[in-house]
Formats: sequence, structure tokens, C-alpha cells
Amino acid sequence: MGNFAANEGLSVFVILVWLGINAYLFVQFYMNFLTERWFYTRVLLGDALSWARAPAACLNLNCMLILLPVCRNLLSFLRGSIQCCSRTAARQLDRNITFHKLVAYMIAFHTAVHIIAHLFNFEWFMGAQLYRNSSSLPFVLSQIGTGDNASYLNPIRTDQTNPTIVMFTTIAGLTGVVITLALILIITSSMEVIRRSYFEVFWYTHHLFIIFFIGLVFHGFGRIVRGQTATSLLENKPSQCKDQFESWGMNGTFCPKPEFAGNPPMTWKWVVGPMILYVCERLVRFYRSQQKVVITKVVMHPSKTLELQMKRKGFSMEVGQYVFMQCPCVSQLEWHPFTLTSAPEEDHFSVHIRIVGDWTQGLYEACGGDKNETQEAWKLPKMAIDGPFGTASEDVFGYEVVMLVGAGIGVTPFASVLKSVWYKHIQENQNVFTKKIYFYWLCPETQAFEWFADLLQSLEGQMTEKGMVDFLSYNIYLTRWKETEAAHFRVHHEAENDPITGLKQKTLYGKPNWDNEFTTIGTKHPEKKVGVFLCGPTQLADVLEKQCLSHSEAGVKFIFNKENF
Amino acid sequence: NGKIEWAMWANEQALAAGLILLTGGIVGVAGQFRDREFAAYSIAAGVFVCLLEYPRGKRNKGTSVERTGQYCFTVCVKSFGPLTRNYYVRAFLHAAICVPGGFILAAVLGCVCLGIASLIYLAAAIRGEQWEPILPWKESARKPVGESIKLPPQNPPPRPPAEMRRKRAEDLEAAAYVNPIAVTANDD
Repeated sequence: MGNFAANEGLSVFVILVWLGINAYLFVQFYMNFLTERWFYTRVLLGDALSWARAPAACLNLNCMLILLPVCRNLLSFLRGSIQCCSRTAARQLDRNITFHKLVAYMIAFHTAVHIIAHLFNFEWFMGAQLYRNSSSLPFVLSQIGTGDNASYLNPIRTDQTNPTIVMFTTIAGLTGVVITLALILIITSSMEVIRRSYFEVFWYTHHLFIIFFIGLVFHGFGRIVRGQTATSLLENKPSQCKDQFESWGMNGTFCPKPEFAGNPPMTWKWVVGPMILYVCERLVRFYRSQQKVVITKVVMHPSKTLELQMKRKGFSMEVGQYVFMQCPCVSQLEWHPFTLTSAPEEDHFSVHIRIVGDWTQGLYEACGGDKNETQEAWKLPKMAIDGPFGTASEDVFGYEVVMLVGAGIGVTPFASVLKSVWYKHIQENQNVFTKKIYFYWLCPETQAFEWFADLLQSLEGQMTEKGMVDFLSYNIYLTRWKETEAAHFRVHHEAENDPITGLKQKTLYGKPNWDNEFTTIGTKHPEKKVGVFLCGPTQLADVLEKQCLSHSEAGVKFIFNKENF
Repeated sequence: NGKIEWAMWANEQALAAGLILLTGGIVGVAGQFRDREFAAYSIAAGVFVCLLEYPRGKRNKGTSVERTGQYCFTVCVKSFGPLTRNYYVRAFLHAAICVPGGFILAAVLGCVCLGIASLIYLAAAIRGEQWEPILPWKESARKPVGESIKLPPQNPPPRPPAEMRRKRAEDLEAAAYVNPIAVTANDD
């Protein structure tokens, strides 16, 4: 086993701390309701009271946490500030969406426990009213407060009702149903199948979180969970008075009727901070979106790839960052993330967009992609940009040796990296720490090569001119090819340049043998930290992560970084 | 590609509703609640909905992702033909199933979730979507072999001109074949 700690240590630590706080809150609040103040309540509800309150406390915690990982502007700012102290810590902030999902699962879990406990609570509250016998303590307790409607214990005030009606006529019950429904709809529309295929459904339904938080804040306003008041506890001590319930408050006895009150609502204290932060986040996004963005060039590449070159006043980026783009004429509400393919040294910024869905198709048509003649500049659509936001690619230049792996369209962030590397070398006054880049591009078909092939060709030419052929070592893997193409390759295999891409280093077929690659690189660069960067599918991430861990020994360390889109 | 197939979301929602009905029913029965016959119904309804909704249908465009081990369920559901293929049927079925759930608190949540799923299925049905089973690729689905392959070839295989095929004396290593005798230039 290799350097697991270097790669995963901090993540594991954060998760353990979070789980620990959950466990602590659960146990603490479970026990809070075992005190004397809740004695009479527990006569009616037993342990179900604690089983409902404990997850409620955890829900407060997790609902507070869930908004934070999606405040991307705040995180970007934090990331920049932390980066000067520790790159490892900064990388943790890349895992924001993973953490958001974990917290969401925890919310779902605690909601389930909370609801099941309350099913029992409602059932037993109802039962106490239905069993109308004055020698039953639960019934006597339920009758308290019938006159003033303030000092009661049992929120079900009469036997002429049923739990379902009570639920829909109390604040807690009604808000509970509404927010649980919102939560379920959010979860079902966030399943990977739906999210990857129908992003719009996922995005719009997710905004039910607004209803969720409003309902959550009001959920406790009815003060439905009631315990004995402090003054009442002085006069009616349960341990002494519980057995004299048939004569409470009567002349000559020293046990008056107990009085009850609900706890003030607490949830707002937990969530108001993150809610404000999130509102600020949306305001920042809105402000940035209002800044004017001009499309300076539109290029239509094969394999349905659209390149947009744009300018915005005051825009500055770093390699491998991404932006969120909005095109009001396509959709007023949707923002979609795209990696920047330009280098910071260029005078514009660019994205390469694959046309796969409604929104990208709409953008393509708005830019005149389906028309034959060139589009007038003034007809190009107005765009809004939020960002740029940092991802792991920024770290590339911190490593002396770097492995870049891009699968299909995943090569986009690396276009930015390679261009930037080149600009840095041209401007010779820059000390470039990175000495060697190994680049792997896995692609199922040849046509997608075109725009990237042009880039590689031009880099190749310039590197030869400067005598730096060894700086960049790249491998292009065709993972699927057609029979006719294979015949063509056989015939031309003696040509010096690769027949498909025209590049000197040949195209390879099938998938790379990662074990060999890692071993070779490890042998060539002992005692070095090698940064491994991937933009591609999860299966490949698992493979590479395993390779990093198993090859990190005796000096050379492979550190794995994954883009998360 | 990318056009929303509502049935995919309806399916997730209905499966969730089935699980919630099942859980609510178990709580009602195990906790010995009043009116526990409704809880028992909720268990049965939940199980039925889960069995019906577990196998994902085939997508019109794009790759369909199966749920683990859904093949046997696919076969069962497929055997009901138009009853399970048609989403109008499913929409009304779910609407009918969810009604008794409204009678006890333990099943109310499942009832409302299933009602929502029913509405989404209705939207899917109106748009003409249908449930198609995801079946493994069969051998017979391959294109039938052409007649010409049964006759011996009439022409030699296509090759680049002789210039390209000839072994170059200055670069013997790079050639694609080996001569039985050494290659020398003509010197007589």
C-alpha cells in the first residue's frame, strides 16, 4: 500500500469529525429528554420522544452544513487564501460536491428516523385521548390545559379527531409534510441518471430547497414538544406526585396539576448564518452576470464542438479553471459549467462546448452554427459569465513532473495548461518549476481530435524550434476504431508522421497499460512528487487512484487530483 | 439527445414512494397502531409498486442504465404487455393505489409521493412515452451475412502500389516482411 495518507488523509479526517459531531449530538439530545422535566411527556410517549428529538438536533446541524459547500464564490475565495498555507488543505475544497451529497444523505437518514419516531408519538398521543378513563395517567395528563389552551401537554386536544387531521392542522405537521416532500423530490431528481441526462429537471427541482428552508425554520414555531415548566417542577415533582394523579389540584393535597410549555424554536439559529451566506453567494453571481461579456470569435469544430472566444472587462483566470455561462436568449435561469480552454496569457478567454442537450443546442443555434454564412458580430447572443472558479488544475505548476490524463472531452482543461506552459517558456524570464509533462489523451474516435490536434501540432513545431522536444511527452489512445481506418493505418505505418493527426508521436490503439506507464515514470523520476491530473470518467479515476497508491513508495510519490464535474 | 423523458423521473419517484409506503406500513403493523389493516395494505401496496418500478425502461435516446439484477423483474413486467408498457395505465394505477394510503398517518407520505409519481407518468404518457424492456443483445439481431461472402474472392485484395510495398534497401528493419534470401541491388 502506498501513500494513502498523503492522498486521502485529510478527507478521511474531515468525514470522521463530521460523523463524530453527528453521533455526539444524537446521543446528547437523546439523553436531554430523559430528565425529570420530560417525565410526564415520557409517560405518554416513552422513548419515542428521544428518538424524535435526537435526529432533530442532527438535522439542525446538517441543514446548516448543506448550504456551505455550494457557495462556490466563497469557497473559491477561501481556496485562494488557504493555498498559500497548504495545497493539500486547498484541495479539500474541490470535494465540495461530494461533501454536499454526503450531508444530503445524512439529512435523508435523520429525516426518516425523525418521521418514524413521530408516527409513534402521534399514535400514542391519540391513544391517550381515546382511552377516556380518569384512572389512567395518560388520560389525566391529556386533559390538562383544556381550559386555558396554554398549559397543555398533549397537542392532540380532543378525541374527535385522528392523527392525519392533526398533522395537517398543526404548524409542525403541515410544514413537516411540505418539507419532506420537497426533500424527496429533490433527491429523486438528483439521482445520477436524471442529473446526467436531464440537467434542467435536476436544476429546477433542486430549487425546492427554498421551500425546504422556509418550512424548516417555521417547523418548530408551534412549540408542539412540551415539557413541564420550571415553576411547575417546583410544586409538582414527578417522582413524588406521579402516583397521586387522581387527586392533583384537589383541596387538601400538596400536588397541584403540572403545567407544560413548549421549547422555543431553535432551528433558525443554526441555519440563518448559512442562509445569509447563500443569499450573498447568489447576489455575487448575479452581479458578475451583469458584467458585459463580448463574443469575439465563434468556431465550429467537427464532432459537434463549439468554440467561443470571449472578452470581459477585468476578467482574469488561472489554468484549468472553469466558468458558469448563461445565455439569456436560450434560457433565463440556467447556468452551465464549462472549462476554460484558453491560457491566462492570452488576451481573450475561450470555452469548447460539446453540443449534447437542449441548452447547448440552443446556444449553437443562437451563435449561427446551423447557418452557412458567417454571423454578423452584432447578432451574436448576449452572454453572462460567473467565475472563474478554481479546480485542481491550478496545482499543475507546483509539481516538477506531471501526468495529465484526459478522456474524450475531458482534455479541455489541459488545453489551457499546455498553452500556458508554452507561453511561460516563451517568456524566458519566468522560472518554470515544471520540467516534464506526460500527457495521455484517450478518445473513442478520431474526429474529435481536430481542434486539439492543431494545438498539439503547433506546440510540437515550436518546441522543436527551441530544442525542447523532451519537455512534453504525449500519447494519444484511440479506444475504438472502425475496420476501414485500421486498414489505412496498416498501409501507412511506415510514415514518419502519424497519418491521423499528423503528429510525430504516433497514435496508439486500445487503452494504456497504466501499470507500465506508472512504473516507467516512477523509475525515471525517483525521489520526486509526481502530480497526476485526470479529467474523465469515475472508472478511470478509480484505476488511476489505485495506481497512484500502489506506485507511491520508496521516494517517488504519485499524488492524484480529480476534476469534479 | 437530452430531451427530457419524464418517465425516467416518474420511475425514480414511484420507486421512492413504494419504499416509503412499505416503511410506513411496517411501522404501523409492528407498532400495532390502530387501523393497522391500512398499514398492512400499505405494505402490500409498497411491495407491489417496488416490484413494478424496479426494472428501468429503455431510453429512447442514449444509453440505458440498468439497476442491479433487474433482468428477472424486466421479464416479469414485460409479460404483462400493454398493461405495463402504457404509461396511462401506470398513471391511473398509481393514483388508485395511493388513495387508501391517505387514511392512516403512517402511509400519508407514501400516498402523496405516489400521487406525484402518477402525475409525472401522466405527463410522460401524454408525450407518447412507453416502457420498453432493456434486454441483452441477442445474436440474431446482427445483420444477416451477405451472399458474397459464401463465394471465394474474385479479385486480389486492394494494396498500395508496388513502390510502397517494396522493401527499401536502406531501411530493412522497418519492412513488414522478411525475405528468404538477402536483398541486394542489381549489379549485373
